[in-house]
Amino acid sequence: MSDPIARPHSKSFFAKFAELISDTLTSQVVTLWRVFKHLFVATDTVQYPEQQPHMFSRWRGRIILTRDPDGEERCVACNLCAVACPVDCIALQKTEDEEGRWYPEFFRINFSRCIMCGFCEEACPTNAIQLTPDFEMAEYKRQDMVWEKADLLIAGTGKYHETNFYRVAGKAIGGKDKGEARNELPPVDVRSLLP
Amino acid sequence: MQWEVGSALNIASILAAVIVIAAMLIWVERRLLGFWQDRLGPNRVGPFGLLQVVADMIKIFTKEDWIPPFADRFSFVLAPTIIMIVVLLSFSVVPFAPGVGIVDSNIGVLFVLAMASLGAYSVMLGGLSSDNKYALLGSLRAAAQMVSYEVFMGISLLGVVALAGSFNLREIVLAQEGGWFVVPQFIGFIIFLIAGVAESHRLPFDIPEAEQEICAGYHTEYSGMKFGMFFVGEYLGLVLISSLITVLFFGGWQGPLLPPLVWFFIKASCFIAFFILLRAAIPRPRYDQLMSYGWLFLLPLSLINLLITGVVILSANQM
Repeated sequence: MSDPIARPHSKSFFAKFAELISDTLTSQVVTLWRVFKHLFVATDTVQYPEQQPHMFSRWRGRIILTRDPDGEERCVACNLCAVACPVDCIALQKTEDEEGRWYPEFFRINFSRCIMCGFCEEACPTNAIQLTPDFEMAEYKRQDMVWEKADLLIAGTGKYHETNFYRVAGKAIGGKDKGEARNELPPVDVRSLLP
Repeated sequence: MQWEVGSALNIASILAAVIVIAAMLIWVERRLLGFWQDRLGPNRVGPFGLLQVVADMIKIFTKEDWIPPFADRFSFVLAPTIIMIVVLLSFSVVPFAPGVGIVDSNIGVLFVLAMASLGAYSVMLGGLSSDNKYALLGSLRAAAQMVSYEVFMGISLLGVVALAGSFNLREIVLAQEGGWFVVPQFIGFIIFLIAGVAESHRLPFDIPEAEQEICAGYHTEYSGMKFGMFFVGEYLGLVLISSLITVLFFGGWQGPLLPPLVWFFIKASCFIAFFILLRAAIPRPRYDQLMSYGWLFLLPLSLINLLITGVVILSANQM
């Protein structure tokens, strides 16, 4: 084909006829043949229930609450996840045990609202709330989509094995006074003149 | 009861076979389209998904049979029955094998063309009675398309009729004993193929029902079994066109080794698969492109084809 600005009446009748044939018949036959060849190409379908799709480890799916390496709850009920949540699906109430540790009295995620955005995981200062590559969460009743702390809490550390908030934080709890945390110096005695 | 043309057994088995095949095409088409698009298609219900047809039938039979209150009731109900009746009537002249057929009419070719023309009433009435602008647009397009493509559908067959010397489809098959008519009538075959697609308004010529432009065209307002009849009518039309191409251009039931019915089935299935391939591969032309392609290219071509065929036959007779 020549450039489209060329004079329209310059082509001979036979050139135009040949162009018509190539436009209407040849190209269609080529298309048919190319599509036909796909009969012998392996399909892309993943037959889901029998054949599980490969889930990447950073997939944002079902939300869990994890424990620190000592086996204690990581969540300190700071409420940052509930604040960060764009759809307000997280509800929790802070309480305190006799050692002075903060923990949630209840922790509730309404998965019928959750959009799996992962903002809660980003907001969490203690790596307690984490998203996992599990997505099979369908339920028959809507109320079953509301998960309580007992449903969310797992036994292990999840994706981050080291994080142990109370071992690094300066807050005094039972069995660990100020200055005893990891990488923490004893508190400065402001009344002393010595350096 | 014996296998002779027009016996009750013959009529019943042809009717049953044709309708079952048309229903199975729902599954065949979806599977084939799937493979051509690197997918699998429906494969869950029954072995290879074969029972998908049954599931679809249960769905369509149990759907509410609703007639819109603004529609013209009589023609609204009449329209889907016309297409079924007309296409099924066309099958009556098709010779499937020696002794298998319903009528050996001496005007078989003309009868098929006449029934195809009547089929236009179905889409016209369906669109008109729906009282819906999309349906009306669809039926306008359908009427124009079917009327104009009928013209050279008929003309393209005249070469075959001239070669065979008969309008009787069975005699046309018998006349192809020496060689299939697709060789001397290749242009006629191509034109009939294109016109056949346009007549059964399947993709790429589904302009009357183009979902993307006029939602579903003439059957926008139809649901339940009435829609199902349009649907099955379309598949019946597909089977009919494939059978006609087999009969007129590819020697009908004739072939070595295998029994005649099997040969007919194989040949017709190839064309059905080809029509589904057309649907998978070719995009829909614009409405005016379709019309100008028909009147300005295919009509002169079919006339030239008829002229040359006539000259060759006459000069062969002179010698």
